[in-house]
Order: sequence, then C-alpha cells, then structure tokens
Amino acid sequence: MAETKTTVTASGKKRTQVDDVDRSMYDFRYDDADAEKLDAGLTPDIVREISERKDEPAWMLEHRLKSLEIFNSIDMSDWGPSIDGLDMDNIVTYVKPNTDQKSDWESVPDNIKDTFDRLGIPQAERSYLAGVGAQYDSELVYHSMQESAAKMGIVYSGIEEALHGEYADLIKEKFMTLIPPTDHKFAALHGAVWSGGSFVYVPKGVKLDYPLQSYFRLNAKGAGQFEHTLIIVEDDADLHFIEGCSAPKYNVANLHAGAVELFVGKRAHLRYSTIENWSKNMYNLNTKRCRCDEEGEIEWISGSFGSHVGYLYPMSILAGRKARASFTGITFAGRGQNLDTGCKVVLAAKDTSASIETKGISKDGGIQTFRSSVVATPAAEGSRCSVSCQSLMLDDRSRSDTIPAMDIRCKNVDIGHEATIGRIGDDKVFYLMSRGISEEEARTMIVNGFAEPISKELPLEYAVEMNNLIKLEMEGAIG
Amino acid sequence: MTSNVLLRCRGLSAAVEDKQILHDIDLQVPQGEVHVLMGPNGAGKSTLGHVLMGNPAYEVIGGDIEFDGADITELTPDKRSQAGLFLSFQAPVEIPGVPLRSFLRAMMEGRGEKMKNKEFRKKTQALAETLDMDPAYLDRELGVGFSGGEKKKVEMLQLLLLQPKLAILDETDSGLDVDALSVVSRGMELYREQCDGTLLIITHNTRILEHLNVDRVHVMVSGHMVAEGTAELIDEIDAQGFERYEASISPSEGAHSGRPDTK
Repeated sequence: MAETKTTVTASGKKRTQVDDVDRSMYDFRYDDADAEKLDAGLTPDIVREISERKDEPAWMLEHRLKSLEIFNSIDMSDWGPSIDGLDMDNIVTYVKPNTDQKSDWESVPDNIKDTFDRLGIPQAERSYLAGVGAQYDSELVYHSMQESAAKMGIVYSGIEEALHGEYADLIKEKFMTLIPPTDHKFAALHGAVWSGGSFVYVPKGVKLDYPLQSYFRLNAKGAGQFEHTLIIVEDDADLHFIEGCSAPKYNVANLHAGAVELFVGKRAHLRYSTIENWSKNMYNLNTKRCRCDEEGEIEWISGSFGSHVGYLYPMSILAGRKARASFTGITFAGRGQNLDTGCKVVLAAKDTSASIETKGISKDGGIQTFRSSVVATPAAEGSRCSVSCQSLMLDDRSRSDTIPAMDIRCKNVDIGHEATIGRIGDDKVFYLMSRGISEEEARTMIVNGFAEPISKELPLEYAVEMNNLIKLEMEGAIG
Repeated sequence: MTSNVLLRCRGLSAAVEDKQILHDIDLQVPQGEVHVLMGPNGAGKSTLGHVLMGNPAYEVIGGDIEFDGADITELTPDKRSQAGLFLSFQAPVEIPGVPLRSFLRAMMEGRGEKMKNKEFRKKTQALAETLDMDPAYLDRELGVGFSGGEKKKVEMLQLLLLQPKLAILDETDSGLDVDALSVVSRGMELYREQCDGTLLIITHNTRILEHLNVDRVHVMVSGHMVAEGTAELIDEIDAQGFERYEASISPSEGAHSGRPDTK
C-alpha cells in the first residue's frame, strides 16, 4: 500500500496527465507491489468495517450495503470528461486512504506549498489544509461558532455525531433522498462509503446573520473524500453556508465523491457558497442538490479552480409555488484540467423562477465546459428561467464549450438562454499597457474583472483569495 | 532646437498585416512645446499615435523612435508609459468588472508610486471635481456605460494623475460634443500649467486649440508627412482644407512608399 501512495503522491500535476505508456507503468507497479489488492474490489466486508468503526445505526449499514450493490451493478456514465485515470478496479484504494496515507508535510507537492505561500496562509493552517497537520486555532473558531449558533437553536455538527443526536430520525428521513444511490455510479459509491461531513439544522424562523463555514469542520477531521453534507433550513429561516475554502486542499487519494443535500423550507433562504480548489490530481465527482418549498430560495455561489477532472452540476428542485433559485458560478480550467461544470434546475411548481449566471475561463490547454439542464415539468405554469453563460479563452490551445439542455413540458413558461465565448481583446491589453501596466498584470486585471460578478457575491476574505488565485493562475500566461 | 528634443522619429514606417500605413515619417517634438498633427480622414494620424505608443497591432518596418534621449522603438507600451509617454485614446476601451479607481491605482503602482489609500482617494476625488466629473464614476466599472464625454474626462484624469513628459492626444473623432471639447481643453491647460507638459495633438477640430499656443503644425496625407509649419498653418487648412496636400501625393504612393525601406 505504501507503494501505491508514493505513486500517487509523486505524480503531482504532471503525472495526472500521463500518456498511455506511463499509465501502464503504474499498472505494473500496482500489480507488483500489492497483487491481492487487484482483485479485492469493494466488498460488503469493507463496507461493514467502515460502518462498524463509526458505530452507526443499523439502517445506515443497510443503506451502505444496498448502495454497494447498486454501485457494483450500474455502469459508468459515458459522457463528459474522461476519468480513465481513476483506478476503478482498485476503488478500495480511494475508500481507505487514511489508513495507508503517510501524512507529512514533505510529501505535499511543491506547487501546492508554493500556492499556500502566495495566498499568504500561515504555516500552521497550511499543514492542516494539506491534511497533514494537527488542529490549531480553527478548532477554536469552529467551537465558538457552534456555541453562538447553538444559542439560537441551530445545530451545526459533524453528521456522524448527529446520527446519534436529537435529529437522528430527521437525518434518517432525509439522508440520500435528494441524491439516491441509484442516481449515478459515484452516488452509489458515496452511499456505500461516505464518511464525515456536516449536519446543519436551522429551526423555523431563525435567521443567522453570519455564515457557517464547513472549512473548519472539514479540516478538523482531516476528511473530505466522501463527505456528506446535510442542511435543513426550516420555514422562514435563513442561513449562509460556506463550503471549503479557496486554499488548495491536498489529498493523496485523488477521488472526491462527496454529496450535498439541502432542504429549504417555505419562505426560507439558503445561500450555499463554495470555492473548490482541490489539488490538480483530483477527480472531483461531487453531487449537490437542493429542494425548495413554497417561496423558499436557494442561492448557489460556486467557484471551481482546482482538480484534474471535475463534474459538478448543483441542482435546484423548485418544488413549491414561487420557489426561487439562483446560480452564480465560475470555472477556471488551466493546464491539464478538464472541468465540466454547470447546474441543473427543475421547475416543478407554479410561478417558480431561476436565474443562472456563469463565467468560464480556459487557459494553457485547459478545457472548460458549461453544461446545464433546465426542466419545466407540467406543473410549472407561470415559471421562468434565464441562463447566461460567458466564456473567456485565454489562448488558442484552450477550449470552452457550452452545452445547455432544456426540457420544457409546460405551456406558459419563459425560458431563455444566452451564451458568449470570447477572448481578451488586444485593444484592452494595449490600453492598460499604455498606462504602464505590465502585460501579465493587464491580462490578470481583465480576467479578474470578468470574474467580478462572482467574487462580489463572496465574503470579502474569500473574494480576495479568489482574486489571488486568478492571479496565480495567470502568472506565466504570457509568451 | 535639437538640443531639447523630447520625441524624435526618423524614417518611421509601419504596417499592419503587410499593408504599409506609415511611410518614412520624420517628426520632432521639443520639450515644452505644443504640436498639432493634422490631416484628412485615413491619413494615418491615429496610427502614428499608436505606433509611437507601441501598439503591437502595428509592425515597425523601418526607422526609429527616440524619446527623452533613448531609443524606444523596441520597448513595450508599458515601458514607454513608464518612460513618460502618454496616449489619450480616441475611443477608450471598456473593462467590465474593474472599477475605475482600482485601475488608476494599478496605473500609479505600475510606476512605483506608493500612495496611502486615503491620500489616493482624496487626490482622485479632487481631480474628478476639477474636470466636472461626478466622483461616483470612480467606483464604476472602467468605461462601461460611460458616454463619450465621460470617457474623455477619464482620459484627462489619467493625464493629470500621471503627468507624463509627453502626451499624445488623439482627438480625431469628430463625434466630440461641446462638453467633451471643453473637458479636453481644460485638461490640456491644466497639464501645461502643472508640469509644463509637452503635447502632440491629433485633431480635425481646431476649436480645442483655441486656448493653446501652438508651436508647430504637422500635416499628414496618405501615411506621409507632407508639410510642417507654424500655427498659421491651422487657419490656412481651416480655410482651404487638405486638397493641395493631397494633390502632392499620387494615389499609388499611398499604398506603397515611393522610397525603398531601408530596414
């Protein structure tokens, strides 16, 4: 197993784009080092072991085993970016990374250390962002956040603890109902091996005026491969939840198949912000879904910067009359990245509305695809949805695609889509340079400006980090 | 006169996509003077302004540009700017998402000028007021939704903030309204007063020259420099137009230079 880890660790950015010859070398090493693993696959025993270690209720074990069956019986999706680099025959490698992961600072790739540096993240934080350190002040911040939220009746805890708590029945009722294991292969995998994640419950009418941040939660456990987030915002309540943070999250095992399930009650409001910046060997196959009841509102803010391959389409199910959804997203695909992102909306009741605004940037051979699906059910009368997506390609080697799908089964709905794909105008670069600004800085400024509609939606410190991220990505873009 | 020449180009020829636009241009602008560059539409006046500033859309195929004693022919636009050259654009660009103030800040920092935030705000605010510009524009996205007049004000604001050694003002666009004209005039006057600025004004419209003492006038036709004279030349052109100069250039000469390029 140590052999496996070293291979993945050492792979870093370059090895994730290995050509066929290189990959066969990997395979050979797997064979050689750990022959028994090859035919191991994911077995009920492994799943039982996971469940046992967590001391879970029986229904959860049942759920896991059922999910495992589904996982083993359904095929991989045949659309979207290639995930050939994932070792599906040896999926167990990804499931039990903690047991064989050597966690030390030295094994973190230099480019990630460098990024921590440039983002100005303190040494102590860097190591636990990389999943190799102990918990420092963020644990304290998390606890104080938990305390003040608790005074309002809000529950904010690890979902595994919550399974033994006051809301255990509620969790049982909701868990993986928005994202059933039958949804796709990785949802099934998630159902079988999920571990860690957050549970948030906001009681009726309670409005929290500061965001809850899972950043602290995730780091506290050093988790994040298959985490499950379950948030319930009851009627008339209000919450802003921030998932992750923009500093790179380094993981030795390079598969992320988390799930996020959000329930928004009547007239309730939830804002869910994410800036994902996994290290660039990651296959990010995350699934996020939200259901909104009457006049409830979900706002997604989503930034995708990291990962080698990403599939991410947060879905809003507008189930109650006048429910609303907005999705504001940005994706930046650089060298070796193939990021397929977008969102899904189901207009499933009268007078619902959704607006989708996304920005995509591709650079250095990166591939960025916007994929959306808007479904208006026969019940959606009087609903409307607008989709606007703008892409910016920074050079001739990069690629941007827009794949909007619309399925309208209802008369009297208003659905619109607009898309533009462009480049940075030479005239703009010249203008800025004629004012003494270097070419690199000029281009960065234009790209930051392009991203501004997204960054202005973020809390300040995240917006600053996002701008820094863009700056980092833009460095060396010239020439 | 040659002792204090700030800008000099010799035999400057430039092309865009293999089409030659500037033919063997000679030009000298001494420190502290006001020069005017005139010519009919399509004479290459704006192109000359852009080539002097280093717009990579144009390729210099002959000659050189000397500025403040140094050869800048090969310098990128940012380096030329830092050397003290400025070009006010006929049609300034729009950069969505970048607030005007952040852009101005980056511009100043690009030349190593560190200014405290408060001080910087105060300065830009004051300049905006001087130019009859609503300071609220400073927080708006650069150029986005600005009228022609507002864009001109922003150009003048940059001129006064940067105080370059030489400002090339490309005003050829006949679309300037009275308001924009007066802003440009005021900007030029202030620039002259504040730092004894040197000006090369590209224009059709002689009205903006009314309050300035023009030292020299250059006339361009079909990419050639065809005449040079004192301020009196302006009145003459106002009265007679460019016909007589156009006649001096045969139609074929516009497309390719009569003289072989030396480089």
